[in-house]
Amino acid sequence: MGYAEAGFNLEIDLTRGNIERVACDPNLAKLYLGGLGTNAKILYERVPPEVEPFSPENLLIFGTGLLTGTPLPACNRTVISTISPQTNLMAYSMMGGFWAPELKYAGYDKVIFRGKSSELIYVWINGDKVELRDASHLKGKGAVETQELIKKELKDQNVQVAAIGLAGENRVFTASIEQGRSSASRLGIGAVMGDKGIKAIAVRGRKDVNVARPMELLQLCNEVLQYVKEREDKPVPNVMPILAGLGSPQEMLHTDEKWHTENFSWGNSRERRKDFWTKEIEEKWKDVQENARTRLISCYNCPMKCGAIISLPGMSTYMMKCFSKLTYNMAAFVDDLEFGFRIAQRATEYGVDGFSTPQIMAFAFELREAGILGEEHFAGCPDDNEGKFYWILDRIVLREGIGDILADGTYWAAKKIGNGAEAYAHNNIKKHEQLPLKLGMLNPIYFLMYSTGEKCNITQIEGQFPQAPFATMEEREEFVSDWVHVPDEKFKQYLLDWEMRGERSNPYYPTVDMSVDIVDWQEMMHYLDDAVGMCAGMSSFPLKPPYHIHNYPTIISAATGMEMDEEGLKKIYRRIRNLVRAFNIRRGLTRADEKPPEDHWRKRFPELEEELLNAYYKFKGWNSQGIPTKETLLELGMSYVSEDLEKRGILSYE
Amino acid sequence: MSKAMKKVKVIKIDVGKCNGCRACELICSAFHANPKYSSNNPERSRVRVIRDPLKDIYLPVYAGEYTPAECAGRNRYVLDGREYSECDTCRASCPSRDLFKEPDSGLPLKCDMCDGEDEPMCVKWCLSKALTYEEREEEREEEPKLGEMEIGLEALVNRHGLQKVMDTIARLSKKG
Repeated sequence: MGYAEAGFNLEIDLTRGNIERVACDPNLAKLYLGGLGTNAKILYERVPPEVEPFSPENLLIFGTGLLTGTPLPACNRTVISTISPQTNLMAYSMMGGFWAPELKYAGYDKVIFRGKSSELIYVWINGDKVELRDASHLKGKGAVETQELIKKELKDQNVQVAAIGLAGENRVFTASIEQGRSSASRLGIGAVMGDKGIKAIAVRGRKDVNVARPMELLQLCNEVLQYVKEREDKPVPNVMPILAGLGSPQEMLHTDEKWHTENFSWGNSRERRKDFWTKEIEEKWKDVQENARTRLISCYNCPMKCGAIISLPGMSTYMMKCFSKLTYNMAAFVDDLEFGFRIAQRATEYGVDGFSTPQIMAFAFELREAGILGEEHFAGCPDDNEGKFYWILDRIVLREGIGDILADGTYWAAKKIGNGAEAYAHNNIKKHEQLPLKLGMLNPIYFLMYSTGEKCNITQIEGQFPQAPFATMEEREEFVSDWVHVPDEKFKQYLLDWEMRGERSNPYYPTVDMSVDIVDWQEMMHYLDDAVGMCAGMSSFPLKPPYHIHNYPTIISAATGMEMDEEGLKKIYRRIRNLVRAFNIRRGLTRADEKPPEDHWRKRFPELEEELLNAYYKFKGWNSQGIPTKETLLELGMSYVSEDLEKRGILSYE
Repeated sequence: MSKAMKKVKVIKIDVGKCNGCRACELICSAFHANPKYSSNNPERSRVRVIRDPLKDIYLPVYAGEYTPAECAGRNRYVLDGREYSECDTCRASCPSRDLFKEPDSGLPLKCDMCDGEDEPMCVKWCLSKALTYEEREEEREEEPKLGEMEIGLEALVNRHGLQKVMDTIARLSKKG
């Protein structure tokens, strides 16, 4: 009997309609844990670089984390991996919610799709019984609506459904996969699901998930819950409220949006409105949010309430979390928050990413204003900002007219439109739209995270280390006094010495080596979370979370029975990190791709930036092109990767 | 039967505070696993959250007595604008539904307030405080306490009839 793992994957060949239950290799968990780690292993072995995102040979993997389904609080993530149509690299978007635990209880660690279904289907996983069902009646239905219709059809409210909306069906490159209040929305995985002809995956499980050392694990879980309680009473001082607590930023709870609205850019990531947050706006927005929000809600087995049920007259209810409450308002320059809640409802039903999509929309109107897109493309478009944005959203999702081009995202759309449009697709990294954040002084830590993050999304890479220095030594000393999370005591000194101005401030402090250290810690926690299935909001993202590198080994060991210590766990992290990197290198990722948008910071330091990237690569055991060296791969026991890279001529010039 | 003061264990359920995380279900199933905490499976839980997020329905319900027959009528309640079926609030392990039955055997489940713990585990794990625990004294008629096996047997008898159960036991004991 295995522990924590279900021990089986579901292999579904959509072309042939073949379904198989396949035993997992029990040794893989020791090397890669689960979730992202084992997803990446499967992709590396089975998806060669010539496979296109929309080819039948591309796999779409729904993975649970290694510890999902155990009592470990907040360990509920579904990790979805495939090739991104936008970046043409590995996509590994994730969602919380209830889907992954249900799959574990159904007896599976992963569902692996290959091929394509000629008709739109949905998958019904009812424990051992798995069916591909006709979904023609769900064609064009909203992602939330589809979940409800399937639950009704199966007559069970405890069925968990992951679904795409019209955007996924139409292969919009920013299409998401929605499930309850959660969504896996980055990098266009919904488009791959739609391309494969899958409208939804419904799952229901009634089996046990066993753990190796029950009493020890219970004790560890109780410590986590106790810590969460203490942390609730003790927010981190001297940081803004959304960074002071645990969880994903508590955007549904807090109504004070001074920081986001004045520091993030409006429109197509262009303009900061430094005097936006007036008393009048503050009161109005508070009213709107409290009126729209019915209840604060959680994911499976998590005490944090990061999400909310949103209900406004005249539209169907949906669920929301985090920053998407603001992205449409800010892209459209609309000052009424109710617009944000209303258009997000339509966008959620369509199933689109709330970060990229509003920027694509703003990009379209900039091109119109600049005369690059002629008026003929906007026939029927209303004049007011709200109306314009609803109109363009519909065009994009329906792939109608100019919407068909925009649906591929700003990078590809600009290439197709030409005529100088490329300059307007200015906020991308690796062809993917980024948060609309434009700042003054280069921050060396953020430079590295933006440049090298394979997830192409800063919130899924950053965390743990404060985003900015504290003003006074007293504040710093207070912060480090209970900072047990640091992998090494030296990180405390980095923070103590970090000043807002002068010699020890950005961009030259933290120094190059310190920055590399800090980023490696941040990455390590995210990669481990993504492999065990832990929500970043309870681990890698917030300051002083309940999970860290010192308690993870014991927790993993108590749940799985595997022997584990910090060194061993760090090695697993490095193995997964290198595997994802090698996969992307094999698909053509180069050093030239590893850079933040030109205008991300006003003040740039080309020499320092080169130095940072060099040091980072060196620290990782990669060559000057960011390619893992043979020595690095062999040390991690990954000769299959080094041999492959050599055979392909990628490592030959060393 | 004689009367005696009895400690009554009460779980107070504040549906307004429920965040729908189902930690109560998970930890209940773990507590009742054998060995304790060795396995996790909400289907075995003696508390289930009736959830319908889009209708804002979040209702933790505890397993009560087994009933051999379903109700003749099914009323519906509208409470504070939300519509609940009578079954949503019913604690019975009942032939009309899958709720509160062991997934393998179909045997009924019943909340035992985590006998032996200072408070039920579902309460302990409910950080939202939708579930809180209190004890109060009440005068009650004394009843003989049924053991776990007796509860199970009683349910089997209710389900299959005494004769069938006795026949089965007789057959099993011959095999042994």
